[in-house]
Amino acid sequence: MSVASAAPVSQREADFAALLEKVHAIGRDIVAPAADEVDRDARFPREAFAALKAEKLLSAYVPQEYGGMGLDITQVSRLCEALGHYCASTAMVFAMHQIQVACIVHHALGSVFFRDYVRELAARQYLLASATTELGIGGDVRQSICATKIVDQHFILEKQAPVISYGEEADAILVTCRRSEEAARGDQVQVLVRKEDCTLTRLSNWDTLGFRGTCSPGFELKALGHVEQILPVPYAYIHSKTMHPYAHIVWASLWVGLASDALNRARSFVRAEARKNPSAPPISATRLAEADLVLNTMKSALQATLGDYHRLLAGDDPESFSSFAFAIRVNNLKLTCSQLVLDVVARSMVICGIQGYRNDSKLSLGRHLRDATGAGLMVNNDRILVQNATMHIGLRD
Amino acid sequence: MSTDTIRALIAEHARLPIDVGGLDEHSDLYAAGLTSLSTVNLMLALEEAFDVEFPDRMLGRKTFGSIRSLADAIRELRQ
Repeated sequence: MSVASAAPVSQREADFAALLEKVHAIGRDIVAPAADEVDRDARFPREAFAALKAEKLLSAYVPQEYGGMGLDITQVSRLCEALGHYCASTAMVFAMHQIQVACIVHHALGSVFFRDYVRELAARQYLLASATTELGIGGDVRQSICATKIVDQHFILEKQAPVISYGEEADAILVTCRRSEEAARGDQVQVLVRKEDCTLTRLSNWDTLGFRGTCSPGFELKALGHVEQILPVPYAYIHSKTMHPYAHIVWASLWVGLASDALNRARSFVRAEARKNPSAPPISATRLAEADLVLNTMKSALQATLGDYHRLLAGDDPESFSSFAFAIRVNNLKLTCSQLVLDVVARSMVICGIQGYRNDSKLSLGRHLRDATGAGLMVNNDRILVQNATMHIGLRD
Repeated sequence: MSTDTIRALIAEHARLPIDVGGLDEHSDLYAAGLTSLSTVNLMLALEEAFDVEFPDRMLGRKTFGSIRSLADAIRELRQ
């Protein structure tokens, strides 16, 4: 897919290691110092994105022939994990952007318009947002009420979206809708809407427990554009091959980062305690070892799903992505990691005690706890379990 | 094979937002609103009615895409 794959493996690995270190440096120097303010004021992490854009990281998943880095899903996952250490909101916005880029890269590069668009995205470091859920549907992203109305090669689109994360900051939004006013609710397409062709009217505020910096209020979206901005394949296919697996992989990645940072705070507490009596490890060290087991389960689940997804992408058999077996595995990753991230943070809290509980301590875990709580709610775990239950009945072997 | 039973089961279990009477044998059921999850309900109803069991390879869009393809698949399974 990318020119990078022609370079020797060791060189590519060295290049990526250097890039990852650069992202950690951005995390330490720019993202982390702003994280508390981003969280407190529920404001967009603008300094983080200025730095990420300066390093051209918004086109990380764009193939090199279009001006991007040509990274693969495993590498993007590592970047999301890295950012998750410093500010989960920043990591979440970055992850959601990469999902939208992947939808275009996987499904739309057969179109002249989208080939030009990704070049433009890479050159100008556009930030892409997503509008999938809709008021009146109840959270099922595979159904839409709104539809493109097509007149003379142009579309008009209106959507009542209960959330659009960083909608006001994005340069463009990918919007799901019915193919036409006659189409069934499940007969969807995905449309690229440019900021300048769209009005967003706020329907609600974003004052939540966690992920406050993602700035995700509800909006009424009104947009128009040329029909070439409609992605050229049905959304059903984009969803099963890209949106669903890619989203759960990058989300799980940043939750691993968040959990790792919580565990690191716990470790520094344990180390300080252990120094007081170097000959006998404190009980908190045992708790730390237990919490690491949980973190390791998250990492293993992520690695397994990444491996599956890599293999399917390499094979590119469209039917394989829509199999129940694969969809269940992807859902299992989400269920496992969204529950365990909260578990790791809670265990770290027990270890750090009052130091973790305080909002003004160096080892504070308040933001981690509030962010981790969101993991099970964004695409509610109960909804996913019900889907899995139905698919298990249909599954053979 | 008559497709009337298949039609009746689609009407009852596939949760299509439209009238099944308006579909012909080759109409795309997914375009008509069938989802991958509602195929499970339809599959169970078909298996019960025709006393068959769909193997894994038949659980995709190829089989569940139209009334005709379902009828062909069921005929094959009953042989």
